Order: sequence, then C-alpha cells, then structure tokens
Amino acid sequence: MQTLSGIPINYYIYLSAALFCIGVLGVMVRRNAIIMFMCIELMLNAVNLLMVAFSRYLGDSNGQVFVFFIMAVAAAEVAVGLAILIMIYRNAKTSDTEVLNQLKL
Amino acid sequence: MGITLYIFWFLSFVAILSALCVVFAKNPVHSVLNLIITFFAIAGHYLLLNAQFLAAVHIIVYAGAIMVLFLYVIMMLNLNKETEPHKKNYIKFISVIASGLLLLTFVAAFKGAEITGTASNNESIGLVENLGKVLFNEFLLPFEVSSILFLAAMVGAVYLSKKELH
Repeated sequence: MQTLSGIPINYYIYLSAALFCIGVLGVMVRRNAIIMFMCIELMLNAVNLLMVAFSRYLGDSNGQVFVFFIMAVAAAEVAVGLAILIMIYRNAKTSDTEVLNQLKL
Repeated sequence: MGITLYIFWFLSFVAILSALCVVFAKNPVHSVLNLIITFFAIAGHYLLLNAQFLAAVHIIVYAGAIMVLFLYVIMMLNLNKETEPHKKNYIKFISVIASGLLLLTFVAAFKGAEITGTASNNESIGLVENLGKVLFNEFLLPFEVSSILFLAAMVGAVYLSKKELH
C-alpha cells in the first residue's frame, strides 16, 4: 500500500469523506443559519485536508497553493455571509431557516 | 509504522468527535468552540503531512480570524442560549440516514480505486521557501486578483451591515 511517512493515503481519503459527511449532516439537521454556515466551513476543510494529502503524496506544491487560495476565498465568504446574516437578523429578528422561507414557492 | 500512525489516529479521532459535537451541540457557542478544536486537529494533520506553512496559515486564518468572527456574531445576536427550535425528529432521522448513505457511497467509490503515481519522497514542498517561490512565480496573477476579491468582500461586508439610510 502506498504510504506517506507511514500513513496510507487511503486513510486520508476516508477521514476527509467522514468530515465532509458530518458537514452535510450539519447542514441538513440544524435550523440555525450560523451553525449551517459553520458546517459549510467544515466541508471546505475536509476538501483542503485531502488536497494537502495528495499534494504531499504526489510531491506537487500546486495543491498546497490551491489550498491557500481556498482559505482566502473562505475568509472573504465568511465576512460577506455573516454581514448578510446580520442584515437578515436585523430585518426578520431570527436566524432560523424555517422562518426565512419567503423565497419558497 | 510507528508514532506517526498513532498521532494520525489520535488527531482523526479528535477531529471527527469534535465535528460531531459541532453538529449536535445545543448551544451555538459550544459549536464554535468544538469547531476550533476540529481546526486545531486539522492543523495537526497538516503538520503531519509536512505542510508547516499551511498549518500556520490555517490556525491564523480559521482559529484566529474566522471563528472569532463567528463567536462575535453569535454574541452580538445574543444566540448563546439553548432555545433554538429543533427540526422534527423524522427529518433528523432522514438526514442521518442520507449523510450515512453519502459516506457509504464515498467509501465504496474509493475502496476499489487504484491510486496511480508513486509516492514522492520530497519532504520540502510544504515549507515556506518552496511555497513562496511557487506562489510568486506561477501564481502571481491569482495572488494579486485575490487582493481585489478581499477588497470587494470588505466593501460588501461594510455596505451590507450598515443601516439603511433611506
């Protein structure tokens, strides 16, 4: 089995898959928009971890630069997303996604 | 084999356990604190993969900036209480089954996958020197464009959170 410093690459695949699925579970289970947001961060991190593992495995540093850009985009996304949430909270007085369903048909 | 494998198991255990705590914690502040533990475990994984630069950036950006922002918003909106209404039990049940099936699909898809390419013994790709060279030669344009993205995000955040003037 292919390993990197003693750890099989498959372990990283399974760990990232598990973290990603926990993020998906959080988005489906919770009603608080901020917690759903945090679960999306969790999914992004699962992908980042796998990207770093494969970049180390293939000896290609482009993957790590890509992770760096994903972190930058995630930071910008959080800033704008939380601003939107604050605005919604100011207007609707809630961050409950079952109440914020005015766009539903 | 040896100590790295034990560290890997320990960090994975901490990451998955605290990720589950993020999802199932009643109090949003506890979710944030558990997410910080998850991020530290992932930073430990980066160190294990010899990506020191990304480990440092990960702790600074996620634990230092993003989670403080989350905590700040939760405190400001006064959501730090356990009064959040929960979804109906059957929806929770269906969600757990659906994400379990997603995990099953991932595992089944990757189980038979043959990973091509040989493992590299190049230990130095994650160091600051090497990543800096790549970032400022091949990825100079994306690096500069991301600064425009940050400017746009900053303007957007300030505009959105300002009170309506009219």
